[in-house]
Amino acid sequence: MESSSTRKRPLSPFLTVYRWQYTMALSILHRVTGCALSVGLLLFAYWLVAVASGRSMYYEARDFFAHPLVRVMLIGFSFAFFYHLLNGVRHMTWDTGHGLERKSARLSGWIVFLGAVATTALFWLLIARRFGGAA
Amino acid sequence: MSLRSPIGRVLGLGAAKQGFAHWWAQRVTSVALLLLGLWFVASLLRMPGFGYEVVVTWIAMPLNAVLLLLLIASLVYHSQLGVQVVVEDYVHHHGLKIATMMLLTFAHVVVAALAVFAVLRIAFSGVA
Repeated sequence: MESSSTRKRPLSPFLTVYRWQYTMALSILHRVTGCALSVGLLLFAYWLVAVASGRSMYYEARDFFAHPLVRVMLIGFSFAFFYHLLNGVRHMTWDTGHGLERKSARLSGWIVFLGAVATTALFWLLIARRFGGAA
Repeated sequence: MSLRSPIGRVLGLGAAKQGFAHWWAQRVTSVALLLLGLWFVASLLRMPGFGYEVVVTWIAMPLNAVLLLLLIASLVYHSQLGVQVVVEDYVHHHGLKIATMMLLTFAHVVVAALAVFAVLRIAFSGVA
């Protein structure tokens, strides 16, 4: 007899069987941004360790974070942060049983996505206004 | 008639014997991160500058140091809970799954230890 783990069992419907909808993309994006933020955690730890390691290490880290390529990456991480945060609130609203109807789930999806874009833009605008190129 | 044993019904853990604790810890850390994350973003925006002394002085302030430690703890815990689900979903080979999860757990513990030590060192010794 086949063991229960090797036998071909029917699988629950997966992504490939569904018609594409943007709410799916938003759901996948939640997971993608979550994974990205797990990587971003390394940069956060690097920043703290650099500060704790003294002046020269800190300025080395500051130069690293000021590099244009790293800046682009940081903008990406900040978008991931705001998206994951806002969509997390959306998820927890669903946990209470509210906002699950198709219309409101789609609307909240748009609000969260555009909200994340807007918050990211606002964040970097404020950074640029306050610190200029020195930050 | 239910085929579930009375003790099984009382414990309410289902067939996997776990799950709710993971789900709940994810929610608790989510709410914590909502608050601590917004605090950190606001702090970055309100920072007087990013010179070495300024940053060290800011981190060393008791309230900031403690909130940073809580932020690190919630971040690492939440991240660990999240990547666990991703690994369970996409890594199908049993041995590889266990190895990946152990590696990620070690990585999270190392990052947490480094970040916590860094904050404590700054808080207790100040400008080096």
